[in-house]
Amino acid sequence: MLIDWFTVIAQLLNFLILVWLLKRFLYQPILKAMDEREKNIAKRMQEAEAQKNEAWKEKSRYSEMAGSLEQQKESMLQKARQEAESERRRLMEAAREDHRRLRTRLHQALESERANLSRDVIRRFQEEVFGLAGKVLADLADTTMEKQMAIVFARRLENLSEEERKHLSAALQASAHSVTVNSSFSLASEQQHAIEAALEKMLPPGTEVAFKTLSEKGRFGPAGGIELTTDGYKMSWSVTDYLSTLEKRIAKILEEEIEKEPKTEKHEA
Amino acid sequence: MSLTTDDIIFWEHGFFKLNATIVITWVLMLVMVTGARLITRNLSRDVHISRWQNMLEAIVSGINQQIKEIGIQKPEKYISFIGTIFLFIAFAAICTIIPGYEPPTGSLSTTAALAISVFLAVPLFGIEEKGVRGYLKSYLEPNFIMLPFNIISEITRTLALAIRLFGNMMSGAMILSILLVISPFIFPVLMILLGLLVGMVQAYIFGILATVFIAAATQAGRH
Repeated sequence: MLIDWFTVIAQLLNFLILVWLLKRFLYQPILKAMDEREKNIAKRMQEAEAQKNEAWKEKSRYSEMAGSLEQQKESMLQKARQEAESERRRLMEAAREDHRRLRTRLHQALESERANLSRDVIRRFQEEVFGLAGKVLADLADTTMEKQMAIVFARRLENLSEEERKHLSAALQASAHSVTVNSSFSLASEQQHAIEAALEKMLPPGTEVAFKTLSEKGRFGPAGGIELTTDGYKMSWSVTDYLSTLEKRIAKILEEEIEKEPKTEKHEA
Repeated sequence: MSLTTDDIIFWEHGFFKLNATIVITWVLMLVMVTGARLITRNLSRDVHISRWQNMLEAIVSGINQQIKEIGIQKPEKYISFIGTIFLFIAFAAICTIIPGYEPPTGSLSTTAALAISVFLAVPLFGIEEKGVRGYLKSYLEPNFIMLPFNIISEITRTLALAIRLFGNMMSGAMILSILLVISPFIFPVLMILLGLLVGMVQAYIFGILATVFIAAATQAGRH
């Protein structure tokens, strides 16, 4: 007999017990756990989704903020650039102004330097020229010249202007009848006569004319000269006088020329 | 050599006897329930779960899925019954790798008990689902002429369930015993593997058939 009915009943009971036990210890807890886990996961997913949305919002907010910041930065940079540009222009202008001023000053300094230099040069040139002239005249001062000098002196006395003549006459009257003619060389008798003749018209009668030869060079210069002295009056003629007059006049002319020059140059610049 | 484990009797008192089939079944039950209890004692509700829990969840959700595929809307309701049939038969088959073990499903008494439980469960589930009238009406479908055939099919399929499982399981054990006698070493190992496969397939077939019967009783005519 393949089927043992007691065993069948026993196995049937066993099976039912197993069903109950497994239901109690296996299916129910597992299914419950799975359900709970699924819910849990779904909840988490939901939370994650919410957080993700939140993060997205946050992100867009930040990116917006970043955009506005960028814009702000750009505008600030633009402003700074403009300011820098204007500052640069201003500085450039100032530098240019400085440059112009300095150049002008330099120019002026150069000008004055040049003027000084040319003045110096002219002065020395003048000195040289007149020194040379004086030297030449000194070399030429021989008897003929001395004679000529005496003649010129006499002529000058004759051709005195009315005012001078009065002046001289007054001086001669006051001098107690003594007149001295000094010369750098000894005058010949005919020259002395010529001078006396010229003076005769102005001198009161009985007046002595004394002739003196002065060896001191400084008085008349290297080329020599003649002078008439009395109390309170002195009249002289010498090459040096001429030269110094001429020198003064030329110096004046040159001075004027120098004064004029920078103005014209500045105008050109 | 005995054909069935029913013949190995440890204790007997009149009608009552304690044979190997019952004892082995108890052992299997003990192991299964203890194992389930140990694993489900502290189940994790979190995302991270233990490997044992994962295994049990895979098995339970797999069974659930199978039941659902057959057409039962609420598999949780029937999983205790169908799942236990499958797990018991499968576990009994897997244990054949233990030397000296005889599967209790190799006894026609056990398979008959399982088949009878299905035979009883199907109308019970049907009545529970559709009511007595509704269930009994299903015997008259599609026509009242079909009533005897429906009743016959109810009985024969129960018989077929019992005999099929018994034949397969017993034959596996028998073939193994015979082969061990004629050719030891490697060949019986292959036969054990084949026996395991056959055991799993039988477990699956038994479970699926029980499910189909229950589905037919509970879901038919609903849509």
